[in-house]
Amino acid sequence: MRDAAKTVLQAEGITKSYGGRTIIQNISLTLGEGELVCLLGVSGAGKTTLFNVLSGLERPDGGRVLLKGQDITSAPGKISYMLQKDLLLPHKKVADNVALPLVIQGQDRRRARETALSYFGAFGLEETQDKYPAQLSGGMRQRAALLRTFLGSQGVALLDEPFSALDALTKREIHQWYMGMMDRLELATLFITHDIDEAVLLSDRVCILSGQPGQITAELTIQPPRPRNMSFALSEEFLACKRQILSLLDG
Amino acid sequence: MKKSQSITSKLPAAGALILIGVLWLAVSEWELVPSFLLPSPVEVCRALVKDGPVLLENAGITLLEAAMGLGLGIAAALVLATAMHRFRLLYRALYPVLVITQTIPTIALAPLLVLWMGFGMSPKVTLVALTTFFPIAVSLLEGYASTDRAAADLLRSMGASRRQIFLHLEFPSALSHFFSGLRVSASYAVVGAVISEWLGGFQGLGVYMTRVKKAYAFDKMFAVIIVIVAVSLLLMALVTALRRRACPWEAFEKIERND
Repeated sequence: MRDAAKTVLQAEGITKSYGGRTIIQNISLTLGEGELVCLLGVSGAGKTTLFNVLSGLERPDGGRVLLKGQDITSAPGKISYMLQKDLLLPHKKVADNVALPLVIQGQDRRRARETALSYFGAFGLEETQDKYPAQLSGGMRQRAALLRTFLGSQGVALLDEPFSALDALTKREIHQWYMGMMDRLELATLFITHDIDEAVLLSDRVCILSGQPGQITAELTIQPPRPRNMSFALSEEFLACKRQILSLLDG
Repeated sequence: MKKSQSITSKLPAAGALILIGVLWLAVSEWELVPSFLLPSPVEVCRALVKDGPVLLENAGITLLEAAMGLGLGIAAALVLATAMHRFRLLYRALYPVLVITQTIPTIALAPLLVLWMGFGMSPKVTLVALTTFFPIAVSLLEGYASTDRAAADLLRSMGASRRQIFLHLEFPSALSHFFSGLRVSASYAVVGAVISEWLGGFQGLGVYMTRVKKAYAFDKMFAVIIVIVAVSLLLMALVTALRRRACPWEAFEKIERND
C-alpha cells in the first residue's frame, strides 16, 4: 500500500537564474510515495524550469534534489520526465517508443518491447504496437507517452502539462482513465497544469507557484482523499477546493 | 486510395511529355528544322534499336562508374558530416572549405584527374565521388542540426549517452534529409561519369557520345541522351525505393513531401 508519509522525492531550496534573472527562488517541496501533487501557476512562474532542474537536465544555482535520500542534483536518468509535447519519436514504432527508456537503461530491445507490451492493454493501446506515432490519435499518443514515462520511472515521474493539448472531450475521457490508473500504479507524480479543474480532480495536494521569481506561495490538500471518481467533479467539496484555489491565486 | 491519387498527380507530367514528343515529331516531319540538324523521333528510335547492344554495354560501364563513385561519396559524406556534427571545431574549420571546393567546376577538375590517374575507371569514379559528396554531406549536416531539441532533452532525462542520442534520435531524424541529398547526388553521378568519359577513356556513354559527335550522327546523339536520362532516372528510382525501405514511417506523416 502506498504511504504518502514516506518521502520519495525532496527538493531543497532550489534556485535557478538565467542571464542574471532569477526564475525560481528557494523552492522546497516533497513528494510522498504514490502521491500526486499538482503545480499550479501562471505562465512564466518557472514551473518548467523547476522540472528541468528536478529531472537533472539543468544544474540549479542553489539547492539540491534528493531521491529516496540520495542526492541526484543534475544527474539525469533517475526520474522520469514527460515534457510538454508527447515527443514520440516519429521514426520508431509505438512499441519501440514506449520501450525506449528501458533500452536506454541497457536492456535488449526484444525484452524491453515485451515488458512494454505487457502494459499495452491497461493503457488502452491494444493493436498499436506496430504502428507509427503519426497513425495514432491525440489521446492515444498521450497514453503512449504516459506509458513510456511510467516504464522509465523508478517510482517518480514529472509530467509537464500532459493533457493540455487535448480537446475538452478527449481530456475528460483521459482524466477518467488516468484516475483509475493512478490508483493502480504506485507512481509518485509531480504534475504541472494551468487547468484548475484538472488539478483539483486528480491530485492529493496542489502547490501554487507564483511571483517573479517563482516561489511556492500556497499549498492545499484536496479533500476527500483518493481514490475518487468523476462524480467528484460535480460535488460541493470540489467546488470548495476550487473556490479556495481561486482566492489563493487572486492573492 | 493513396495509389490512385499518386497516379492522377502524375497525369499532368505525362501529358506534358507527350506534348513535347508530338511537337518534336511535327517540327521534324514538316521540316521546320533541316532533318540533318534535328532528327525525327522515329529516326532516333531506330538508332536506339540499331545501336541498342552497344548503348547498353556502354550504359552498364557508366552506371557502374556512377554507382561506385556515389557509394564512395556517400561513405565519405557519412563519415565527415558525422564527425563535423560531433566536433564543433571540425565543423567550423571544414564547412567553409567544403563550400569553396564546390565552386571548382567539374569540367576543370576532370582533365586534371585524367592526367593524374590515367584513362581507366579511377578518374571517373573519383570525379563522381567528389561531385556527389557535397549535397549528401550538406543535407546530412542539416538533418543532424534539425533534430528536435526537446526530444534530445527527453532522451537526456532518460539518462541517454551522446552515442545513444545519436543512434536513437539524431541519425534517424537526419535520414529524410540524407535521402533528399542522395536523390540530387544520384543525378549528378551520371552526369559526372559522362563528363569524365568525354575527356578520355575507352568505354562508357561519354566515349560513345564523342565518337558519334565526330561522325555527325545526330540521331545517335539523341539516342545516347535518352539513354543517359534513362540511367539517371533508374538511379533516382533506386534511391526512392531505398528511402521507402529505410524510412517506412514517412508514408504516414501528414506533411506532404514533394521530393
